Amino acid sequence: MERVPILKIGSTLFVSIQIDLQDETVIRLQEDLAEELVKTHATGVIIDITAVEIVDSFIGRMLTMIGSISRLFDAETVLVGMRPAVAITLTELGLSLRGVRTALNAEKGLQLLNGSS
Amino acid sequence: MDIDGSQARMAAFLRDHQDKIVGRWSELVVAGVRGRTSVIEARRELEDIYSLVVTVMSDPGEQARVELRAVLAEFSQSRARGGFTPSETAVGLFSLKEAVYEQIADVAELMLEFLAFSRLIDDLGLYTFESYTAARERIITDQATSMLELSTPVVRLWDGIIAVPLVGTLDSARTQLVMEKLLETLVATGADHAVLDITGVPTVDTEVAQHLLKTVNAARLLGAECTVSGIRPQVAQTIVSLGIEFGDIATKATLADALAHALARAGLKVGPA
Repeated sequence: MERVPILKIGSTLFVSIQIDLQDETVIRLQEDLAEELVKTHATGVIIDITAVEIVDSFIGRMLTMIGSISRLFDAETVLVGMRPAVAITLTELGLSLRGVRTALNAEKGLQLLNGSS
Repeated sequence: MDIDGSQARMAAFLRDHQDKIVGRWSELVVAGVRGRTSVIEARRELEDIYSLVVTVMSDPGEQARVELRAVLAEFSQSRARGGFTPSETAVGLFSLKEAVYEQIADVAELMLEFLAFSRLIDDLGLYTFESYTAARERIITDQATSMLELSTPVVRLWDGIIAVPLVGTLDSARTQLVMEKLLETLVATGADHAVLDITGVPTVDTEVAQHLLKTVNAARLLGAECTVSGIRPQVAQTIVSLGIEFGDIATKATLADALAHALARAGLKVGPA
């Protein structure tokens, strides 16, 4: 099974999803990220979904859950690089990803985290 | 064999009297459209059709029929574009019968053939009508598409601030288009603030509000904040009496207020020079 790498940059964890998201991949990412947060005491998580072209309600909910899990470790989650088509799909599905902050690109995401900390 | 023979006789007759018939036909057509086209112009067009009709009469092959239909389709399309009515277009073809009848009236032995010829023209007339409608439909869809494109501009107000002035009724198709254009512009320009100006939207009901909320939510997913501006007093009353909730979306009375709000959010200030 493919795994999504989690990179630590300063006090931020950087997750760039560059593969087709399968349900198991997302669950695995959730577990890895929780472990990584405990280990590194990171204060922010950036999830880059620039390369993601297809999302469904399950993955939408998982992203929200990742946000909630991170908050339990006092880390803020920023979702960056969403494509317009993906945003339209999520809106049509009625998912507004409450609790997850969003930014246009990774740079703005970092600014957001640094500005709020 | 007999049918072929009579058709060939008819075709021969038509060929012999081509000049007279086409001349009379052109006159009838021009009279039918009340002089919006000249006799010479009509004649040039009709001569093509006439010679193809004669070919179809004398040659039962498919080739000539296909060609005739193509020419007729073009004829009715140009009529549709030129603003002629459907009956003017159809009468254009049917008056050929009258022109032929005037010539054939004295030749009693061709009366049966004239019936067959008349049936052929009826078929062609119906075909003309169909192509006319198809052409009109196409014009209407083209216009609708270009209207949609015209009515959804996305303008840059400031560095990082874009605005969408919405004019006209906001239905599902337009919301979809506005949403797509807005999100694409957000990504392309890297703007993080968008103003949706609804000054030009005549009425705001629950459906329109729903569409606005969808657009704002989609923009938020990209990481951009939206402000709704241009709410007129009557619209504000409707929104309140319908119980529409805009939630935590900032709403402003005018585009200027919304711009000031966006600038303040970006940490910018406009003052006297």
